[in-house]
Amino acid sequence: MTTRPLKFWQGVNQALHQEMERDEKVVLVGEDVGGPGGPYGVTRNLRATFGPNRVRDTPISEATIAGLGVGAAAVGLRPVVELMFFDFCMLAMDQIVNQAAKYRYFTGRSLPLTIRTMSGSGGSYGAQHCQSFEAWFAAVPGLTVVMPSNARDAKGLLKSAIRSDDPTLVIETFGLLTARRDTPVDEDFLVPLGVAETRRTGDDVTVVATGRMVDRALEAAERAAADGVSVEVIDPRTIAPLDRATIVGSVSRTGRLVVVQEAPAPFSVAAEVCALAVEECFGRLRAAPVRLCAEFANVPTPQDLVEARVPGVDTIHAALLKVAE
Amino acid sequence: MPDDVTSPPPADLYRRLLLCRRFEEVVAEQYREGRVPGPLHLALGQEATAVGVCAALRRTDVITSTHRGHHHCLAKGADVDRMMAELLGRRTGYSAGRNGSMHIADPDVGLLGTNGIVGGGLPIATGAAFGLQVQGRDDVAVCFFGEGATATGNFGEALNLAALWALPVVFVCENNRFAELTPSSTHVAGEVWQRAEAYGFPGVRVDGGDVHAVAAASHEAVARARAGDGPTLLEVMTYRLSGHYVGDPAEYRDEAEAQAWRDRDAVVRARADLAETDAAAIDDEIETLLAGAVERALAAPAADPEELG
Ligand SMILES: Cc1ncc(C[n+]2csc(CCOP(=O)(O)OP(=O)(O)O)c2C)c(N)n1
Ligand SMILES: [Mg+2]
Repeated sequence: MTTRPLKFWQGVNQALHQEMERDEKVVLVGEDVGGPGGPYGVTRNLRATFGPNRVRDTPISEATIAGLGVGAAAVGLRPVVELMFFDFCMLAMDQIVNQAAKYRYFTGRSLPLTIRTMSGSGGSYGAQHCQSFEAWFAAVPGLTVVMPSNARDAKGLLKSAIRSDDPTLVIETFGLLTARRDTPVDEDFLVPLGVAETRRTGDDVTVVATGRMVDRALEAAERAAADGVSVEVIDPRTIAPLDRATIVGSVSRTGRLVVVQEAPAPFSVAAEVCALAVEECFGRLRAAPVRLCAEFANVPTPQDLVEARVPGVDTIHAALLKVAE
Repeated sequence: MPDDVTSPPPADLYRRLLLCRRFEEVVAEQYREGRVPGPLHLALGQEATAVGVCAALRRTDVITSTHRGHHHCLAKGADVDRMMAELLGRRTGYSAGRNGSMHIADPDVGLLGTNGIVGGGLPIATGAAFGLQVQGRDDVAVCFFGEGATATGNFGEALNLAALWALPVVFVCENNRFAELTPSSTHVAGEVWQRAEAYGFPGVRVDGGDVHAVAAASHEAVARARAGDGPTLLEVMTYRLSGHYVGDPAEYRDEAEAQAWRDRDAVVRARADLAETDAAAIDDEIETLLAGAVERALAAPAADPEELG
């Protein structure tokens, strides 16, 4: 397959172009997604290509934007709705949690809805624009939640989400928008939902990392290798349903688990992964699972404070050596 | 200010308008120097809304503001040094420099907060009005919001409830013709001020280029709220001379439209109401105040990573 070193946002953009080209039932709806191509240019050229009927700028009406997706999917479209920041999904909670997620349960019918949003503390936007709520949505039956950590997965997961017959929340990460990874240009390239990727193999420690923390974990693993510690790095890619088999298989082999995420630890994805390891790999654990997470504090604005709050490569590296002792 | 005076003395008006204008211009310079850690949404061209409305308020009245709220904060009496320090990420700022422009609050002067969530202040102002009403205070709540926020569910919920309970609240829609990168024609249906009528309370449209007109309309709305007669919706027609944020090239904007607004600039007009020597003295006063604020902020320690909260 031909690949190109796409930026994360280009992966998203290419997925949208390809899926809108492939299926005229795919529409894109959200604040500023049309003319300007989104506040960060992620959706650029889509309106020029597919026209104002299928690419719609909405007013600032998050509840109704999500609801537009529910209703339009119920009558036969495959809508992609954008809620600009994860924090703004809070205004659309009812439509996502009480309506979209319950649709199949109540009606027995599919609801091919994709909700795209952006998370994480990469942008110095402060406490109401940088929060990480993936665990909240992963706790709701009826929702698929994906969180790509790179351009390739951003493209492949979004395409799968759009083709999926059930509501899927796609969490893009602000701090990764310009990061590159080789990405197949092919329109049949998909990344399956619910399947983790082992980004690096190793024997001594399993790291499970999400979103912006994946690249940091890979770098820390590289350094640990130089120190004689062999680290396996797993990116779940889909948060719900979690690829339990891949994680359990790895932890059973290494006996050690470190989970790295940008959300704070309490009641989080990291908590769930640790619980999984304890439940399924108890007899094979050689050390207590470790969680490296954001401090349980609000996201500040200045970038140095933001970075002080989340795990960096040094912290991860040190934790890897310690757990392997 | 006594309740029967509808507009403060011209020198006061000019001083307040100029403070809002120059504060933001100075902060924008600091931003370009790389000294402002977060995003900056400026209200250049919109100063008369904040100054006109707040001229009708007492210190004990409360306001809620927005992501574009420096002028609201200053007009309500927030401390210039603490604001400047917050924007420059210093520990002497309102929030110890941790939060920046979108999260400034000073409850002591009735400023319940700027806000990163569009429409987030509408229910809060309504709740504050409820709290004032229950306590039998004759203070009022004022909610500043952009025309973009009229599309939120919060807008409809707040107006309905405020009407039902005759709450002492004034809803001030600052219609600056844009929400982010799109003109209001694409996201606001009908006329904002007319929406009040459906809820059974007054809706008033006023020229945001005329600080006296804004002050007069606010005075009436505030008096109505204080008297227990319920809410008013003021739509102030203004214009965002700046981009959505500092650094936004604002290519989507019609330059002729912007120039027409500059030609009737409220700050320039307020200055023209004064004798030249009086105006020049105020100019000096504001420059000294702001230069000092920047100097003191930069001398203060930067926000401390140990102080996350
Ligand atoms: C709930 C919510 N949705 C979207 C945004 C992103 N956003 C920030 S400012 C803005 C435009 C607001 O327009 P308006 O209310 O007219 O205020 P103005 O910026 O013109 O002062 C948008 C959409 C947000 N901050 N909060
Ligand atoms: Mg506006």
